[in-house]
Amino acid sequence: MYPSSKYSSRGPALIPRMKIKHRIYYITLFSVVLLGLIATGMFQFWPHSIESSADWTMDKRSVHDAPLVRLPVSSPIPERGDLSCRMHTCFDVYRCGYNPKNRIKVYIYPLQRFVDEVGVPISSTGLSREYNDLLSAISDSDFYTDDVSRACLFIPSIDVLNQNSLRVRETAQALAMLPRWDKGMNHLLFNMLPGGPPDYNTALDVPRDRALLAGGGFSTWTYRQGYDVSIPVYSPLSADVELPERQPGPRRYFILSSQTAIHREYRAELERLKEENGEALLLLDKCSNLSQGAASVRKRCCKGQVYDYPQILQESSFCVVLRGARLGQAALSDVLQAGCVPVILADSYILPFSEVLDWKRASVVIPEEKLSEMYTILKSIPHRQVEEMQRQAQWFWEAYFSSMKAIGLTTLQIINDRIYPYAARSYEQWNNPPVVKWASVNSPLFLPLIPPRAPGFTAVVLTYDRVESLFRVITEISKVPSLAKLLVVWNNQNKSPPEETLWPKIGVPLKVVRTKENKLSNRFFPYDEIETEAVLAIDDDIIMLTSDELQFGYEVWREFPDRLVGYPGRLHLWDHEMGKWKYESEWTNEVSMVLTGAAFYHKYFNYLYTYKMPGDIKNWVDAHMNCEDIAMNFLVANITGKAPIKVTPRKKFKCPECTALDGLSLDQTHMVERSECINKFASVFGTMPLKVVEHRADPVLYKDDFPEKLKSFPNIGSL
Amino acid sequence: MQAKKRYLILLSAGACLSLLFYLGFELPPARRGRHERGGGGRRPWEDRTDTEEYNVHISPRQKRDVNTSVYRGRRCRMESCFDHSLCQKNGFKVYVYPQQKGEKISESYQNILASIESSRFYTSDPGQACLFILSLDTLDRDQLSPQYVHNLKTKIQSLPLWNDGRNHLIFNLYSGTWPDYTEDLGFDIGQAMLAKASISTENFRPNFDVSIPLFSKDHARTGGDRGFLKYNTIPPFRKYMLVFKGKRYLTGIGSDTRNALYHVHNAEDVVLLTTCKHGKDWKKHKDARCDKDNAEYDKYDYKEMLHNSTFCLVPRGRRLGSFRFLEALQAACVPVMLSNGWELPFSEIIDWKTAAVIGDERLLLQIPTTVRSIHQDKILSLRQQTQFLWEAYFSSVEKIVLTTLEIIQDRVLEQGSRSPLMWNSHPGGLFALPQYSSYLGDFPFYYATLGIRPYPKFTAVIHAVSPLVSQSQPILKLLVSVAKSQYCAQIIVLWNSDKPLPAKHRWPATSVPVIVIEGENKVMSSRFLPYDTIVTDAVLSLDEDTVLSTTEVDFAFTVWQSFPERIVGYPARSHFWDGNKERWGYTSKWTNDYSMVLTGAAIYHRYYHFLYTHFLPVSLKAMVDQLANCEDILMNFLVSAVTKLPPIKVTQKKQYKETMMGQSSRASRWADPDHFAQRQTCMNKFASWFGAMPLVHSQMRLDPVLFKDQVSILRKKYRDIERL
Repeated sequence: MYPSSKYSSRGPALIPRMKIKHRIYYITLFSVVLLGLIATGMFQFWPHSIESSADWTMDKRSVHDAPLVRLPVSSPIPERGDLSCRMHTCFDVYRCGYNPKNRIKVYIYPLQRFVDEVGVPISSTGLSREYNDLLSAISDSDFYTDDVSRACLFIPSIDVLNQNSLRVRETAQALAMLPRWDKGMNHLLFNMLPGGPPDYNTALDVPRDRALLAGGGFSTWTYRQGYDVSIPVYSPLSADVELPERQPGPRRYFILSSQTAIHREYRAELERLKEENGEALLLLDKCSNLSQGAASVRKRCCKGQVYDYPQILQESSFCVVLRGARLGQAALSDVLQAGCVPVILADSYILPFSEVLDWKRASVVIPEEKLSEMYTILKSIPHRQVEEMQRQAQWFWEAYFSSMKAIGLTTLQIINDRIYPYAARSYEQWNNPPVVKWASVNSPLFLPLIPPRAPGFTAVVLTYDRVESLFRVITEISKVPSLAKLLVVWNNQNKSPPEETLWPKIGVPLKVVRTKENKLSNRFFPYDEIETEAVLAIDDDIIMLTSDELQFGYEVWREFPDRLVGYPGRLHLWDHEMGKWKYESEWTNEVSMVLTGAAFYHKYFNYLYTYKMPGDIKNWVDAHMNCEDIAMNFLVANITGKAPIKVTPRKKFKCPECTALDGLSLDQTHMVERSECINKFASVFGTMPLKVVEHRADPVLYKDDFPEKLKSFPNIGSL
Repeated sequence: MQAKKRYLILLSAGACLSLLFYLGFELPPARRGRHERGGGGRRPWEDRTDTEEYNVHISPRQKRDVNTSVYRGRRCRMESCFDHSLCQKNGFKVYVYPQQKGEKISESYQNILASIESSRFYTSDPGQACLFILSLDTLDRDQLSPQYVHNLKTKIQSLPLWNDGRNHLIFNLYSGTWPDYTEDLGFDIGQAMLAKASISTENFRPNFDVSIPLFSKDHARTGGDRGFLKYNTIPPFRKYMLVFKGKRYLTGIGSDTRNALYHVHNAEDVVLLTTCKHGKDWKKHKDARCDKDNAEYDKYDYKEMLHNSTFCLVPRGRRLGSFRFLEALQAACVPVMLSNGWELPFSEIIDWKTAAVIGDERLLLQIPTTVRSIHQDKILSLRQQTQFLWEAYFSSVEKIVLTTLEIIQDRVLEQGSRSPLMWNSHPGGLFALPQYSSYLGDFPFYYATLGIRPYPKFTAVIHAVSPLVSQSQPILKLLVSVAKSQYCAQIIVLWNSDKPLPAKHRWPATSVPVIVIEGENKVMSSRFLPYDTIVTDAVLSLDEDTVLSTTEVDFAFTVWQSFPERIVGYPARSHFWDGNKERWGYTSKWTNDYSMVLTGAAIYHRYYHFLYTHFLPVSLKAMVDQLANCEDILMNFLVSAVTKLPPIKVTQKKQYKETMMGQSSRASRWADPDHFAQRQTCMNKFASWFGAMPLVHSQMRLDPVLFKDQVSILRKKYRDIERL
């Protein structure tokens, strides 16, 4: 039943070794220890206080060892929180300073026990287990510093999570006594249950000067946007209960209400809804026949039928989270954990971490006034949306609600993001669950732009020693109207390029770059000499492309500047027999790659290829002297999620993939190697990013019955 | 033995209990926690007492009413100062007070009012309105300004519908005056919302006010200039790293930051220039640096710097916001904000971290280090985002006003509000209408972001206008060949003929459901209505006399799957600027490029039906209906305005082209000589409403990979397209 029961089995094993005459002694000893423990446990620490070390301090002190601080009656009281406080007025940013890691440093005050003049503690609970967890998590994190002089943010060890257990005035005095308090500047307080009867203020009532408040249950009137942090109300069930994994999808109930503290007016309204919509709704309340205590927390009842809580939450698509006396409800956490979409009815409530979390993706917020319309409103939400929300809700819980650690570190990260906004986590980082992060594609060239024609393109010719062929290529390309510059990458270290006078005379600048090593990746290096965005990568033996074809390729690239636009197309196929990918260069109806022996692409991809290629692909390609084009296709498809564009009809390229010899056997080994490349890259990328399409781009009037003279690109596809 | 047993039990019990306690305190917190909770401790978060009390306490309904009376003025929120019930009957309708004679209204405010009046939110009936806009010019509340309107207080109080400003929206660009420039408007705004430039976080009432950008009186009313970014340069650095050129205030508020700029200026890549020259008597206050600063200031050209800098400093001026902000945004010069406490424009919906660097005036000296530390990739994305935001929300007065209204509408219709993703990614919130669906995957724009693909089938919508008389009519052939497509989910026949619906058996039997809808008004626009029966993402829109083969349909659909946000069609048309007549020209001639595809045979996302119906103004749709023409042009305008890209033309069989040229069908409207002239007129009308010409030319057509290649036709998947 309890973890301890397994330890009790050790008991009997000890017995035989004991001498009879020691028994009395042992029994007495045990009894004394036992009684003492029960006494201390019952009266002081039970159920959620700390006895052992508070390990966020360097000097591992326990609550017992914590120095006692007596607060004089006249001890100063801080001012009430200033509603106009903002980071630029009430927060001393100089303490955080510039640091290359863009990370704030957080100091935690050593533990102290504050008592008033007559020795009564300021809090009935002392340090709660939850607050201890929170502080421990922070002290274990990157944020923590034990050097008070380097700290940017200060966290008192005074537990104000639950205002109910606090003596407000004395707590405030205790805060003011902190050595670095300085009007609460850069101090952060965590509070989950603010206010008290009868009004239940939505923010902690403890006067706190300029301290930041991480509060659960803020309303729009108490929340200082951009200064305070709205946090969830932690649910103790989070740590208690492990719910079985449940895929998003339709559930048995449509709407479930499981809260026990619902105002009778609202309960009446819920019951009216139940009458109208019947089985789709399940209204639960506390069980009247169960005694108070643990069991009752884990049970809910409806007309005498008992349900397990929070398990029952998993059986519903939507779960109502109504305001109670307070706006923040721990039920929200339970509901999220169960992957049930919370329907939040709490007017003016600032949702937890709303500064960074997009609650529209995980919840439905309905004004209290419209409770009666809840069913209709929820019915109007598309099914797929509901499933997304269920997944999102579950993920929000996992990432930001599941433990005091998650809550604490999220709070610090939010403050960190404010102080170093240029290094802040993005919307996607905060809100996309891993499965979406994995599948989602955010192209770095996301702006829909059709670049002007004028800058033209830079042709980059990779060559080794085929000078004659190279010169022919240069002469051919130089006829293309939009050519801006020609860059020859001389990949032969043993031989110098021909003298300047021998090169063909062309109308655009021609530059030769000599490389240090004969590597294929040299063709994709982002040379400073490339001053245009468009790059034409071309092999030194591609002489069959006409000027019209190349110019047209450039025009197509302008329409798709974020894609590879190339001439010969290739395909990857799944080989069912072998259970792996296969490379295909035959006449196929589909294309998923274009060869970079002749392809236009954005210079950005040169930079990506050189500096951001995943894994060891770049070196692998250089070592094998093959597949640089496949690697480029993988890279571009992976980052843009888009297929390449093959332009113009297929031509007889003089075996564009094999460099030296024609011949069947060589051809075959070549194909085998390229198939291997695909498999290798797919495993490095962890996915198959290539996209298959069935189209190619031709000029609008290609093969149309129209005078050739009037076509912009008449010379297309000639052999 | 008995005694031994008893001892044993006692001992083990004791050991057990003590272990229980020791473990209880010594185990790591999480495990201990679980253990103790099992034992049934009081939970700190369970407020049983509160619960009971809560139930006997006043009704939450009353409490809500109390809120509305307590939170007024500076503490106004939508919950307390806005009457939602006004919006429930007629939706989000905006009323503009009639302009009174003799009231002078500044050009900017006239533009604002005109934008509202031409928007789809406008109503001339105050009884229908949810939001009220004053016709009194409140833009400039600087008493020293010539635009200042006097006696506003009494003028406003005398308005019969004022109602203490409830559900009113007040636009303001300038408030306060020298020397402190407070944000006071000089009259009591009551419970009205503010759409205000340069608003500070202290005065900003979250989710109630709207922060708008400061714009000049020359700001375009509609359309507006495009962003300056033409292509993404790699590496993304420009000649200057950080620039600023502006006034330095010698006295009064806002001086500190600008006075200190010279510390950071290095005359190389960080060029921060200030001049003391402003006002009449600047020389009186002139300090030791002024002459040097002024000389340096004159050495640089502002425009040149703007175009050639990676970052642009936007320090506060007299007020928090300055013109520099929009200038930098348009110039794709990433703004570096140095204006503490400025609630950035449209901060409620725009994630400015993705388009600007938010600096802190207190850390001015760190700014160069900070911007230098920003990674190239980040610069690339910041820069593109400036352009997206500029074109989506700022380039014209109309966009600024519409964004303001949409933000308020989102608050009012909480359920149908946009997600941050819709606001912050292409095509932006003005084109992504949340009333269409709350699920992002239902839109054509977010497939990549969500990592999903469009539904792999389409719904064909055939627009039928002529009665069904013979079994050889083109519509029946069309129906059969479309139904044969493997991607066809269903066919909807929109019966817009004056003749009654044909009997069910007159339609050919097909393997997919055929749904016949009788058009209500029999108007042209009804072909683009967002019918609930369209369940697929893709719509294949067809004229009744269209001739299409199954292969052509199949191929076009596979192409569309790669470009779900565009129109994919067969016959294409083009536009051009007619310099002689100074207007747009329309051509159906065969040209080397095109900018429209006819929607008599085109595939596009069903969202465009919704957008066509709900986004476009009644005036344009009425024009289309009246002429029974131009609906395809309007659709092309709309989609290109959204995507900023051309449509996609796919290859077609020759015979089809001829049909579309208007030779075969007797009843074809294409044969009408007026038809062409009308289309020309339409284009110009549309362009003027959009404020610019949204159409974009393309020079390419997409063909099947092996199209007309010299390879056995048996190897070709779409061989039918090549056959004549």
